Amino acid sequence: MALIFGSASADSPRIDPERQHELVRLVRQDCGSCHGMQLHGGLGPALTPATLRDKPVESLVSTILHGRPDTPMPPWKSFLSEAEAAWIVDSLQRGFPDAR
Amino acid sequence: MRARLSALLLLTLGALAGCAGHELRGTGDLGVVIERASGSVQILDTSQRASLGKVAGLGDLSHASISYSRDARYAYVFGRDGGLTKVDLLTRRIVRRVIQGGTSIGGAISPDGKLVAVANYEPGGVKVFDANDLSLVADIPAVGADGTRSKVVGLVDAPGQRFVFSLFEAGEIWVADMREPRQPALRKFSGIGREPYDGMITSDGRHYAAGLFGEDGVALLDLWNLDAGVKRALVAFGRHGEKLPVYKMPHLEGWAATGSQIVLPAVGKHEVIIADQHDWQEVARVPVAGQAVFAVARPDGRQVWINFAYPDNGTVQVLDLPSRRIVQTLTPGKGVLHLEFSPRGEQVWLSLRDENRIEIYDPDTFARIGTLPAESPSGIFFTVRAHRIGL
Repeated sequence: MALIFGSASADSPRIDPERQHELVRLVRQDCGSCHGMQLHGGLGPALTPATLRDKPVESLVSTILHGRPDTPMPPWKSFLSEAEAAWIVDSLQRGFPDAR
Repeated sequence: MRARLSALLLLTLGALAGCAGHELRGTGDLGVVIERASGSVQILDTSQRASLGKVAGLGDLSHASISYSRDARYAYVFGRDGGLTKVDLLTRRIVRRVIQGGTSIGGAISPDGKLVAVANYEPGGVKVFDANDLSLVADIPAVGADGTRSKVVGLVDAPGQRFVFSLFEAGEIWVADMREPRQPALRKFSGIGREPYDGMITSDGRHYAAGLFGEDGVALLDLWNLDAGVKRALVAFGRHGEKLPVYKMPHLEGWAATGSQIVLPAVGKHEVIIADQHDWQEVARVPVAGQAVFAVARPDGRQVWINFAYPDNGTVQVLDLPSRRIVQTLTPGKGVLHLEFSPRGEQVWLSLRDENRIEIYDPDTFARIGTLPAESPSGIFFTVRAHRIGL
């Protein structure tokens, strides 16, 4: 598991800084409406490095893009590319940047 | 020059005296806006259309709501991080603050004003506090009939010194009779439907409705006749036909009850539903610009103002109830999170999260009549709520 995490970090997708800024805002504000702005959880689970550390990257990316059936988690693929979802997962696992 | 200076001095002294609280004033035209990113609130004045000041140190307010004391002087602020803070609108100071849970979603004040209840996600349950000093009075863990500990949603006060709330995972509605505050008498209704995500009570205090996320319709409890149990209503409402992903849960507190009709955001649809408040039958559905989050009735019940979830959260629409038509579409700015009418409805205040400001509109002309700076503003709550059942 540590290996998968390590390699995902090494291949961490390139997203231009302006888009990164938008993604940070999206995660904090819009994902935050269920997961909490501090990402400590709410209706949805916490998205902190501690809770995500042992989760496989591919499944987290897939959850973001396609949602999770039978839960309130919606698919975000209309708004995010796979690379962007991967960047979000990577950033969440490292400790998500602040919005401001 | 000297005259002008002394006039200035007098003005300054007057302002200082006001700040120190020497000037008597009421609170009926005051309110609070949540600044969600900075853990602060501003005290608002709808007569001056101004902010009177800021109170900071309220923790994580990324999801926050407010109930008012019955004298409308104190705001009880329910924060995301389990913080419960009592704020004095007149001195603009924190009177008391406790961290009472891990994550919470909202709260309510009892009809007699003596108890404040908080709905918690983690650990799932309701905690009840003395409204005066915020000491713990009762703890109600939300363990459903199946043994599951649930997140609590849709907590409201109800006549008869009761609190009513729903259990998300267990799919239950509980009624807590608080006449013996330290020993709440619970009446539990199970099998009410899958995943109630929020609840509301009609303004007459009679019907409690829980919106269901896991299936279509609402679970409806007649608080005048608990023995009749929970019934399903508006089953056609909700995610019929094509299901759209839901990017933000609608808020049922904002369900617009106008006395005879109720306007509800349809989950996962670009529609609002108009239902008869007496028999809870659908009257009409109206296409709107996105997935509605709040549908808020003007106090006279003529219009309903609606805001929307991402990605349509820069739009506000106005539904004219007599004609059931959208009569105005406004684009006030990015991230319209909440709207609140002044007590008699001659102003409506909108929070624009991404623009860092509050906009004030005249609902008759749709003209913008004011704007105030605010840091990532979300909920706006005026003190008129102090005297309304369920708010």
